[in-house]
Amino acid sequence: MRFATILGAVGFATAVLVGGLTGAAQADALDRITKEKVLRVAVPQDFPPFGSVGPDLKPLGYDIDTANLIGKELGAKVELVPVSSSNRIPYLTTGKVDLVISSLGKNAEREKVIDFTAAYAPFFNGVFGPEASTVEKAEDLNGKTVGVTRGSVEDIELSKIVSDKVTVRRYEDNNGTISAFLSGQVELVATGNVVAAAIIERNPPRLPILKFLIKNSPCFIGLNKDEGLLLEKVNAILAKAKTDGSLSAISKKWLGTPLSKDL
Amino acid sequence: MAYRFDFSSLADYTPVLVQGVATTVGLTLIGGVLGVGIGIAGAAARSSGNAPLRFAVGSYVELIRNTPFLVQLFFIFFGLPSMGVRLPEWQAAVLAMVINLGAYATEIIRAGIDATPKGQIEAGASLGMTGPQIFRYIILGPAMGKIWPALTSQIIIVMLGSSVCSQIAVDELSFAANFIQSRNFRPFEVYFLATALYLALAVALRWVLARLGDRMFRGGARV
Repeated sequence: MRFATILGAVGFATAVLVGGLTGAAQADALDRITKEKVLRVAVPQDFPPFGSVGPDLKPLGYDIDTANLIGKELGAKVELVPVSSSNRIPYLTTGKVDLVISSLGKNAEREKVIDFTAAYAPFFNGVFGPEASTVEKAEDLNGKTVGVTRGSVEDIELSKIVSDKVTVRRYEDNNGTISAFLSGQVELVATGNVVAAAIIERNPPRLPILKFLIKNSPCFIGLNKDEGLLLEKVNAILAKAKTDGSLSAISKKWLGTPLSKDL
Repeated sequence: MAYRFDFSSLADYTPVLVQGVATTVGLTLIGGVLGVGIGIAGAAARSSGNAPLRFAVGSYVELIRNTPFLVQLFFIFFGLPSMGVRLPEWQAAVLAMVINLGAYATEIIRAGIDATPKGQIEAGASLGMTGPQIFRYIILGPAMGKIWPALTSQIIIVMLGSSVCSQIAVDELSFAANFIQSRNFRPFEVYFLATALYLALAVALRWVLARLGDRMFRGGARV
């Protein structure tokens, strides 16, 4: 009898513990957001144009606008939590934020830890050139001069795909690459869409137009695993924002180009 | 120390380094010869009786000696294209080095010319030498002999200064070092080798210039 009691007690305790734990893990973030009307979002503050700090010390950028858009659709007040690229996922997994909208790229390692919504922002490296240039693929670069920032991702990737008929000019930093393009010292540049956006923003006589992609890694919104309802809801909001053009407006505002259809 | 030195990782990049050394030597040779040429012409102009010419050369010397080489280089490479003058990186680098060395050499050679005693010039004139002859044999020869060590140092400074040409993607030695470092992530090995190569180049250049000076200006007063 005693043994049975102990067994029963252990069984009961286990049930409570397991039940409690799964309960905690499944605590519905969407429920809490709609109840408290607060959406906590991790955003970057050192990565313009996605997230930086304005002159009035308020965060601003593509990610912040996206966070506000989602907050509005959820009917919740957005609480922005500034994070760095190294601590943005821990902020999420320890429950300090509901969403990470921090120019987050998707990869297999991250997918083991967190879930991703649909893509919300373009992020890619490509070869850019003036409108008149007819370059469409790596082979078209033969005999041409391409500027790139030395040691960058695009430098490494470009060096893999071009033949030795292409003259690659490697500059010390993005400013050198930009200046070389703007002054016409190089016809084409390999760089990120964010850098190209920074050039477009200055409205120069030579506008960098995307000729072809080198590496594409769009940004996704990160959220905790087992938050299926929130995931569905955010995806629905993103899908709507893509159709009605409000996300494209954010892209136009911060990246200088409307959202491409395939995102 | 946890760091493992691995100089063998540089072996793959030998062509890049060889190219780098060749470009640095080439830049220095062309820049040095043309720069000293400008220096002689500039010094002659600054010592001449023509006031507007003296003023023009003086302004050039002050402009170049009081601005950084890097800015001069950027102006030529990134700035001039806005005015329709687009020089490829190699030409831009040579031009910047010639203009830069020309200004310093003008001042150095002028110092040598100023040190020529008046009586020596008068002696030349009384021997019936023409103006150009006096300048060539009585003023310039001894002047170059006197200032040759200072000029040698300036040429070496310009050679070392050519390292900033890597900023406009000229594939000289510093560019080669930076490039290799961005690929194999072995900064110690790469920059150690680059430092050694610069040192060797500078020592060799000093030796060559010293021999050259002995040969060309033998008999010139040595200070």
